Parts: sequence; C-alpha cells; structure tokens
Amino acid sequence: MQEREPLLVMSDIHKAFPGVQALSGVHFRLFPGEIHALMGENGAGKSTLIKVLTGVYPADRGEIRLEGRVIQPHSPLEAQMLGISTVYQEVNLCPNLSVAENILIGREPRRFGRIRWKAMNEEARRLLEERLHLRIDVTRPLGSYSVAIQQLVAIARALNISAKVLILDEPTSSLDRGEVEQLFSVMRKLREDGLAILFVTHFLDQVYEVSDRITVLRNGRLIGEHLTENLPRLELVSQMIGKELKELEELPKEESRVADWAEKTLEAVGVGRKGSVEPFDLGIGKGEIVGMAGLLGSGRTEAARLLFGADRADQGRFVMSGEDTVIHSPRQAIDKGIAFCSENRKTEGIIDELSVRENIIAALQASQGWFRALSRKRQEELADEYIRALNIYPPNPEIPVKNLSGGNQQKVLLARWLLTHPKLLILDEPTRGIDVGAKAEIQKLILSLAREGMSVLFISSELEEVLRISHRIAVMRDRRKVSEIAGEDISRERVMKAIAGG
Amino acid sequence: MERIRKHHLFWPVLVLVALLVFNLLYDPDFFRIQVRDGKLYGNLIDILFFGSPLALVAIGMTLVIATRGIDLSVGSVVAISAAIACFTISKGADQNDPGLVATAILLALAASALLGLWNGFLVTRVGIQPIVATLILMVTGRGIAQLITSGQIITVISPNYKVIGAGTLLWLPVSVYIAALVFALAALLTRKTALGLFIESVGCNPTASRLAGIRSVTVRLFAYLFCGFCAGLAGIILSSNVSSADGNNAGLWYELDAILAVVIGGTSLNGGRFFLTGTLLGVLIIQTLTTTIYSTGVPPEVNLVVKALVVLAVCLIQSEGFRRTLARSLVSVRPSHQRVEGKVTTRG
Repeated sequence: MQEREPLLVMSDIHKAFPGVQALSGVHFRLFPGEIHALMGENGAGKSTLIKVLTGVYPADRGEIRLEGRVIQPHSPLEAQMLGISTVYQEVNLCPNLSVAENILIGREPRRFGRIRWKAMNEEARRLLEERLHLRIDVTRPLGSYSVAIQQLVAIARALNISAKVLILDEPTSSLDRGEVEQLFSVMRKLREDGLAILFVTHFLDQVYEVSDRITVLRNGRLIGEHLTENLPRLELVSQMIGKELKELEELPKEESRVADWAEKTLEAVGVGRKGSVEPFDLGIGKGEIVGMAGLLGSGRTEAARLLFGADRADQGRFVMSGEDTVIHSPRQAIDKGIAFCSENRKTEGIIDELSVRENIIAALQASQGWFRALSRKRQEELADEYIRALNIYPPNPEIPVKNLSGGNQQKVLLARWLLTHPKLLILDEPTRGIDVGAKAEIQKLILSLAREGMSVLFISSELEEVLRISHRIAVMRDRRKVSEIAGEDISRERVMKAIAGG
Repeated sequence: MERIRKHHLFWPVLVLVALLVFNLLYDPDFFRIQVRDGKLYGNLIDILFFGSPLALVAIGMTLVIATRGIDLSVGSVVAISAAIACFTISKGADQNDPGLVATAILLALAASALLGLWNGFLVTRVGIQPIVATLILMVTGRGIAQLITSGQIITVISPNYKVIGAGTLLWLPVSVYIAALVFALAALLTRKTALGLFIESVGCNPTASRLAGIRSVTVRLFAYLFCGFCAGLAGIILSSNVSSADGNNAGLWYELDAILAVVIGGTSLNGGRFFLTGTLLGVLIIQTLTTTIYSTGVPPEVNLVVKALVVLAVCLIQSEGFRRTLARSLVSVRPSHQRVEGKVTTRG
C-alpha cells in the first residue's frame, strides 16, 4: 500500500483535565479508503482524542487539519458539518421514532413547512439500500429493530451528512457474531467508497479482521502507528499494556507456588451466558488465588458476575464441596459463602450517602435478615475493628462513605465482605484508581487471607499484579476462557501470548 | 451552636416555632386550652386532632419515598378503607355491635394493606415506575370506593365506631393516640430492626444493595404495604369522625399534603436517608399553617395561595444553595467595612 496524502492529520494534541494529563503530544493520521483501529487500555486517551476531534473538548494545544485545511470544531454539530461523523457505542437515536425520521431528523424534505413524508421515507430507504445494502421497513419505529440494525441506522444517519470521516466508537460491543459480520461488510463497502473510518474496539480478533492500520495510545501518549499486517498480535498487546518483550525474561519468582489445591471451594462446569460469556470451566481451590487476566471487554467481569449470581448463568452448573449447587442471585451466593467486590465501586459497591459503619455491616446484616439486627454497639465494634485492621482513613465510622478517597472506599468494601467470612472472595479490579500505598496494602491482605484458607478470584487489568499474587491464572479473550496457566508455568510472556491469541 | 444548626431537624423545628411565634404575637388566645367535660379544647389540640390522619399517611409515605418510590394512591386508599368500613357496618343488624365494628375495621385495614401490596407488586415485579404504578390506583381507587358505596354517601349510626375518630381518652382525642402508636411502631420497626438500614440502602443505591445481598424486592414490597395500611387507618379515623363514607371526597389530595410533609421533614425524593420525626414536624407545620390561616380570618379564596407561599418559603429555606445565595445578596447590600471584617475573621 503506497503512502497517500492523509485526509486528516492531528498533530501534537495536548489535553489536560484537573489532575490528569489525558493527552500529551499525540499525533494521529487518517487516510481515505482505510479502516484505522485506535487501540489502548482504559484511560489511554482514546475517547479524549475522539472528543477533541469531534469538538466535544477543545484541545489545549495542537492542530487538526482536514484535507490540508486547519479546522477547529467547537461542537459535534460543527464537526459533522465539516464531514466528521461519529457513531457512539450506545445508539444515540430515538427508539420511538421511525427509522426514516431518525435518519433524516432535522433535514426532513419539506414543502411550505410541511414534512413530505413520502419523499422522506423514500430517501431513507434509498440511503439504506444503496450505501449499506440494508432493506428494512423505514416507517417502523427504530426500537422494533435489533441493536445491530439500530447501529447501522446510526451509521446511515452519520453518512447522510456528506461524511468524509466516520468514527465508530466500540460499535461491536453489544452485537453477536452474525451482526458483527454484517457491520463489517458495511464498513468494507464504505471503505471502498473512499471513506476514512476510525474504529475503536477492545476485540483483537476484530481489529485483525477488518482494520488496515493501527494506532496505539498508552497513558495519553502515542506509542506507535503501524500497518496492521506489520504488527504481530503479541507486539500489539505489549504496546497496549506497556511491557517490552525483552523485560519478559527477567520475571522475579516469588515464593514457591507449590501447593495442593485438590479441595475445591467452587467449581464452575460449562458455565456461560448467551451474549455475555462463552461457557467455561473454572475451579478455585481452598486457599488458592486464581488470577484472571485479559484485556478490557474480554469477559473477565462477566465471568465473575456469573459466579456470584449477579447475572444468572443460562448454561452449565456449579459444584461446591462436591455437591451440585444453584447460584441464581447474589443472595444465594452470599449464603453459600461467596463475596464479590464489583469493579464499579461507585455504582455497584458503596452506598454513598450511608456512613462507613453502615456500609461495612451491610452484607453481614443482610445475611442475618431484618429481625436479627446487630446492636448499635456491636456495629461500632465491628466497624472499629475493621477500620483499624485495614487502616481505613479517616478512622471515623460515622462519616458518609462518599467523603472517603477511592482507596479507602475500596477498603470499606473489603471490610464489608471480610465481615461475612466468605469461603470465596471475588475481587474485580480492587486496585483500580487507588494510590500505590493502598494498592500494596490490599495485595498483602489478599495474600494473607489466602494463607488462612480463603479462596480468592482476583481480576485486574494490571498484569504485573496478577502475576505477582496468583497461584494460577485464567486468561480470557473475546469473551472466552482461552487458557489456564499454573505454578511454574506462569510467566509474563505466556500470559501475554494467551491474551493476544491468534 | 454549629452542631445544632447542622442537625437535620433544625430547619423544620425553626419553621414550626416561627409559625407558633407569629400566632403568639397575632393572637395570644391561639394557645389557650380549656377543659370541658374531661376534654381539652383549643387550637393546639385541633392541630393534633386534624393532623393525626395526615400524620398516619405521611409516615407510610416516608418509608415509600425512602426506597426511591412514591405512592400517589394514598388518598384513594383512604376513601376505599372508609367505604369498606362504613359499608360493612351499615349492613349489620345492630350497627353498634362491637364485633361488627371490629370486623369492619379489620376488613378495611386488610384491604388497604392488600392495595399497598398491589402497588408494590406493580413497582417491583412488573417494573412500572412508582409514580405511574400508584397513579393507576389513585385514579381507579375513587371509582372502587364509589362502587362499594353504590355512589352514595353511606352514613352509619354506631357510637362504638365513632369513638375512633371522635372519641376522647385521657383528655385527648383517640386518633392522636393512634397516630402516636403507629409512629412509635414505625420508629421501632425501622430503627430497632435492620429494616431502616435496608430501606435507606435500597433507596440510596439499589444495585449496590442487591450485590450486598439485601432483598430489595421484599423491602420495597413492605414499604408499599405499610403505606397502604397507614392510609387505611387514616380512612377509618376520617370516616369515623363524620360517621360516613364519601367515596368522592374522603382523603382528597391527601397524597400531596403527605408528600409535602415528608419533604419538609428533610427526606429526599431521591430516596435514601429518611426522617420520621422530620415527617411528623412537616405534618405539624402544614396543620398549624392551615389552622393559622383559618384563625387569622384570611378569606377562604386566598387561603390556598397563602398556604402555597408559605410552603414555597419553607422549601426554599431548607435548600442550602438558596440560603447561601440569599446570604450573599444580603451581605452585598451591607456597607463595605463589614465585609472586610468578615474576611478577617474567616482568616483567623
């Protein structure tokens, strides 16, 4: 592929938010007739870059050129006028309006101020058929179609405005295999029409299937721009995660990992859920720490939620202490000695208006029921005990938990579950967004809990962390469990290879 | 002083005191209480007496609102409960038969609790938004009440039934004791068991509560059931007081006064923390206001307007944002040297 003039050039883009440098000196090019994948882990700056490009945020520094001319879009609408259209992950259309209305709203064909419905429907139909090969009844409400069709309608709407650049922000995250195929064939067709497509996704397989060029960001910096065919998967993953392949050899081995995990606390046999995780087997031994690695969106969280009953598994079975068991709700899981710290601390973890004390005793009290209330005195004793044990700051059980820092909120959640003396503790990203000191404390705590016989399922995006404390590592990719690596075999390289796949 | 000012009941108490002080200045007779035939008479007693059915409804409403819900049907449940009780009594051979009166009351209360459960079912199991789910019963409830009474106002002659809404016990109206009893029951139930924690937790963050193992469906069902029960009790008091059931007008607009009382009491419509004592103060404020308006002889046409203005003021004064804006605009009017002084003190 010879180098042509790029359609769009973003150079030396800087953007800071209070306390965070979201983008520093990022360069980005987009060629016509090409599908360009923008890759990076959470917080790498992908969405900030897109938002700068589409005029949601102004850049602090840097320049955007479209077809050689400097542009400064101040809003998504302005960007759209210039030919840069975006389709977001969640479809931003009105499900109760017709497909035609959704595509042409704001630009309806009119006569004397009256909408010409027939012409409008005709135009919408023609647009969908000619550009997307999609034949549907455009007079039906959008909401009556599948998410995939809605996604395509959103693309059609974006295209209608003389688009040159089409940005697809994680368009495939809620589509099934067949729907992804449909979307890809549309993307390929649009590429032939000369459109420049910017594609954001977490699925590596899809990147290699459809994209021509890849740009990798990490921590707000440009790591590299490559033609897809020249970038091996492992190299891509190491660029995203940020470990040089050379470093891999010198993995410091911690204490010996030899132990007998014959006694399983929980075994999942062929457990899965349609549209969420493919069926997987996973056994967690008594006192064992099983790490779960994989990129964002690889199905780690989804798998953990099935084990806790937060989502109901529609396939497979669970075995606890040799007996088949049912886990249909968090309630049942808790009664069986399973605890789960969600990755979404704010929305699924803390109960923000309530006090630290109330947050700490919530799960224990819930398992005891209404009438066996813990006395105020007992509550205070328990809260004080765990505030001291976990070093929660400030050590005041009566302030609302929302006033604590992220790390301390995480400790409150840990305290909530430790109080129930679980047999299996599932931790989903327990160290995300908390400072280094708190991180180390939590890791130490997990190790000591396992030594006392608690089983732990530990999920983290930080490979370092998973490698350091896990006895065994399960690797997820594209919503499947693809590998399990144990004991002496654990090495950064093997895990990264499994994450990358291919 | 700072601690008192920060207390969640500070503003409701202040408003109530202000209202009473206004009355004291306007007409000291407002506070006069007389004893006649072993009964207390006076404006203050009236406030308690007329406030008790509203207090009952508002206590139930507090728990529902704390779960991030709302119950618009309480007024209709009042009417249905009144209709069932009076209808049952009116069909008896001896309307004063204590057994019959007890049956009527139990029937009415059971039906009200069931209606509350129905609201809860629509909200938790069917997944309808609380405001819509309870709107259904708010609208149909009046019709149900009229079906029961065949569109007539049923009048009963039953001294035993009349005791509940018009009787006196130890100088005070019986209904005041009933309201106090239910208040104590609600307080015990929510603060001495874990129910209060669960309600606040579910109202504050339903997802996190579910993941912490709290049975949010049961908790919310209970709140609606209890709210229905309270409304039913209010219906019995109201119908007993006038010895009749009026499907059209019994408990009319009660839902609005009850919601208002809850909000004045400091419980947020967004759910979470709730304050039963605050609600009680809210009820007293509303009732004192009504009595004040009547006793100061404000013409009935502007009655509701005055009430609206006072309520608006009460709501605004509770908002910290409004108080800050108000304070700032007051400060900027003052001479400049005072502002400098203020700055110095804050630095020190």
